[in-house]
Amino acid sequence: MTPLHGYLFVSALLFAVGLAGALTRRNAILVLVGVELMLNAANLNFLAFWRYGPNPEALTGVMFVLFAIAVAAAEAAVGLALVIAIYRHYRSSNVDEAATMKG
Amino acid sequence: MKGIVNQLWLIPALPLLAAGLIALMKRPQRKPAAALAIGSMALAFLVSCVAFVATLQPETGKGAVQLTHNFVWFDLGGSALRLGWLLDPLTAGMLVMVTFVGSLIFIFSTGYMADDENFTRFFGFLALFAAAMLGLLIANNLLFLFMCWELVGLASYLLIGFWFHKPSAAAAAKKAFITTRIGDLGFFLGIVWLYHETGTLLFYDNGAGCLEQGAIAKLVAQTTVGGMAVSTAISLLLFCGAVGKSGQVPLHVWLPDAMEGPTPVSALIHAATMVAAGVFLVARVFPLMGNLTADLGADTHAPHTMALTVVTWVGAITAVFAALIAVAQNDIKRILAYSTVSQLGYMMLGLGVGGPAVGMFHLLAHAFFKALLFLGAGSVIHGCHHEQDIRHMGGLRKLMPLTFATYAVGMMALAGFPLVFSGFWSKDEVLHAAMIWSPSKLPFLLALFGAVLTSFYMTRQMWYVFFAPRAEAEHAEPAAHHDDPHAQGHGHEPHESPRVMTMPLAILAVATVLLSLFATPVWPWFHAYLGGHLDHLHVGWSADSAALLTMLFSVVAVAVGVGVSWRLYSRSSTATDALGSRIPKLFMALEGRLHVDEFYAATVFRLNAAVATLSDWFDRFVWGSVVELTALIAKGLAFVSRSVDEQGINFGFDAGCQTTRGAGWLASKLQNGQTQCYLRILGTGVVVLIVALAWMGKN
Repeated sequence: MTPLHGYLFVSALLFAVGLAGALTRRNAILVLVGVELMLNAANLNFLAFWRYGPNPEALTGVMFVLFAIAVAAAEAAVGLALVIAIYRHYRSSNVDEAATMKG
Repeated sequence: MKGIVNQLWLIPALPLLAAGLIALMKRPQRKPAAALAIGSMALAFLVSCVAFVATLQPETGKGAVQLTHNFVWFDLGGSALRLGWLLDPLTAGMLVMVTFVGSLIFIFSTGYMADDENFTRFFGFLALFAAAMLGLLIANNLLFLFMCWELVGLASYLLIGFWFHKPSAAAAAKKAFITTRIGDLGFFLGIVWLYHETGTLLFYDNGAGCLEQGAIAKLVAQTTVGGMAVSTAISLLLFCGAVGKSGQVPLHVWLPDAMEGPTPVSALIHAATMVAAGVFLVARVFPLMGNLTADLGADTHAPHTMALTVVTWVGAITAVFAALIAVAQNDIKRILAYSTVSQLGYMMLGLGVGGPAVGMFHLLAHAFFKALLFLGAGSVIHGCHHEQDIRHMGGLRKLMPLTFATYAVGMMALAGFPLVFSGFWSKDEVLHAAMIWSPSKLPFLLALFGAVLTSFYMTRQMWYVFFAPRAEAEHAEPAAHHDDPHAQGHGHEPHESPRVMTMPLAILAVATVLLSLFATPVWPWFHAYLGGHLDHLHVGWSADSAALLTMLFSVVAVAVGVGVSWRLYSRSSTATDALGSRIPKLFMALEGRLHVDEFYAATVFRLNAAVATLSDWFDRFVWGSVVELTALIAKGLAFVSRSVDEQGINFGFDAGCQTTRGAGWLASKLQNGQTQCYLRILGTGVVVLIVALAWMGKN
C-alpha cells in the first residue's frame, strides 16, 4: 500500500500545477481550469487524511469530497457564466484586460 | 348750537383731506385740484361761521363763551394723554378770518399760478398750510397746538421753496425753517416745563387746565433762578416760539426772504396763517403771561407783568426797526414784508399793553388789508410780467385801474387813514393802550414814530408803482425779461389782471372797510365779543379825552408821513431816490436792511463755523487718533494670529495630509484590478505563512 506522503506529494504537485496555471494563464477559462486543479488537490488531501486517519470506517472524507465536487460543479457553472459575461463586455476572455477595478 | 364744538375738527380736516387727495392726483389734473382746495376751504368757512354764531350768545354773568371738547388720545402708563377742541371768541374770530381770507387767496392763486406747471402741487401745499393753521386755532392742548405749529412751519418751508430750482428760493425756505426752529426750541422747553409743573397741557378742563386759575396761582407762587416766577419763565419761553414764528426782532430775518415764494403764498403767510400763529399763541396763553387769576373783564389795561413787559418792548422795537428798513427797500414785496414785520410788532405791543382784544383786533384787521396788499402786489407783478422792482414800474394807475383802487384801500388801511379804514381803528387802539401804559411812555412814542414811517413808506411805494412817470419804466423793462415767453405772448405793456384775480381784491377791499365798523369807540363790539360781555354792550360815544388825544396824534402822524413822502418823491426824478440823495449814508444802511443779515453772518454763522471747525479738528485728530491706535493694535494682534496659523497649525495639518496622501497612493498601487495579481499576493502570503509556521514549530 502506498504510504501517506506519496498521496500528499501528488496532491502538493497537483496544487502547484493548478496555482501556476491560475497565475500564469491569460485566458479566463484556463485560469478556471487551474482553480479546479487546486480544488482537486484539496480533495485528494481530504481522502488521504481520511484513509490514514484514526477511524477510516466513518465515511467523513468521502462525504466532504462529494460535497466539495458538487460545490465545485456549481462554482464552475457560475465561473463560466462570469467568463461569458466578461467576454460579451470586453469582447475578449483575456483576464488582463478586465482590470477596471483598480484603485 | 353749542354742540358744534364736538364737530370743530371738521374745519381743519376738510382742507387736510383736500391736501391728501390732491397729493394723489397727477400733474395735469389742475382743475379738480384747485376745485377741491377751494371747495374744502369754502366748506370750512361755512362750518367756521356756524361756530362763530355759537359764540355770539354768552350766558349772562359767565363771561365769554368757552366750549371745550376733550378726549383721550392714548393711555401712557397710568396717565392718559388728552387732546381737545376749544371754541371761544378768540378761536371763532380767527377761524372765520383764516377760512375767509384763505378762500380768497386760493381763488386768486388760480389766476396767478395759471402758467405754472406744478399748479396741482401748489394747491396741495396751500390746503395743507391752511389745514395746519386751522388745527392750531382749534387746539385745546398745547401739545396739539405745537404739532400744528410745526406743520405750519413745514408747509411754509414747502411753499417758500416752491420754486426750488431758484437757489435763492431754496435758501429762503431753509432760512425760514431754521430761524423759526430757533424760537421753537424755547417754545418746546416751555411746553415741557409747563407739563412738569401742572401735569396737563389742556388749556381749559373744568378748572384743571393749565390756563385756569388753580394752575396759574400755583405757577405764580413758585420762583426759579433769580427770583423769577415760574409763570414768567414759562411765558418767556413760549414767547420765544412766537418771536420766531411772528418775525419779531431779532428773529425777523426769515420773513423778508420768504418773499421768494409765489405771491399768494406770501399773502397767506403774512395775512392769515404763519405769522398770525405767533400772535395767536401769545393771545391764547395770555392768562399765563398776565398771571391772570380772574377774568380780565371789560378793562383795556393789561396787567403789568414781567412777561408782558418783554412782549411790549420787543413789539415796540420791532415796529420801528422794520418800518425804518421798509423805507429804503425797492422790491414791492419786500416793502410789504417789512411792513408785516412792523405791524406784527404793533400786534405784540397791543397784546403787551392792552390785552388780547387790542392785539387780536389789529391782527384781524391786518390780515384783511395785508392779504389785499399782497394780492394787489401779486396782481401788479403778474401784470408787469414778473417785474418786482418798484423803480421799473410806474404809471400803473391808468393801466391797472381796479388793482390801483383796491391797492389804495389797502395802503390807506395800513397807513392808518382816519375813520373808514379798519387799520386806523385797530392801530389807534394799540396806540391808545400804549399811551395809558403806566411803566413807560417810550413804547407809545416808538409806535407813533412807526406810524409816521408806515405812512411814509407806503406813500413812497404808491408813488413809485402807480404815479411815477411811465417813460422811464419803458426802457428799463425789456432788459429784465427778454427771454420770458410769457412776456412776449402778452407784449411788454403791463395789463390788468384777469377777473379771477381782481374779484378777491375787491372783496377784501370791501371787508377792510366794513371791519372798521366793529371797533370804533362808538360801538366797541369786538372788545365786548372777546371779553364776553356782549349783553352789556351799549352804543354811544365811550371814548375819553386820552382816546381823543391818541386819535389826534395818529391822524397827525399819518398826515406827516404821507405829506412828507409825497412832497419828497413827486418833485424829484425817479433816477435817484429822493430820500437817498438827501441822507445817503443812513439810506444806504437802511437799504442794506440795517445789515442784520450781515451781522448774523459775522457773528452767529462765524461762531457756528468756528465751533464746527473745532469739532472737526477734535474729531479728526483726537478721536481720529484714538480710533487709529485701536485699529493698529487690532492689526498687530491679527498679524500675530496669522503667523501662528500659517506657520504652526497649517504646516502640521499640511504634513498630516501629505502622509495620508502618500499612503493612499501606495495602497492604490496594490489595487491594480488584476485578479491574478491578487492571487499572487495571496499565494506569496500563504507561502510566507507556511514558512513562518514551520520555523516557529521547529523552535
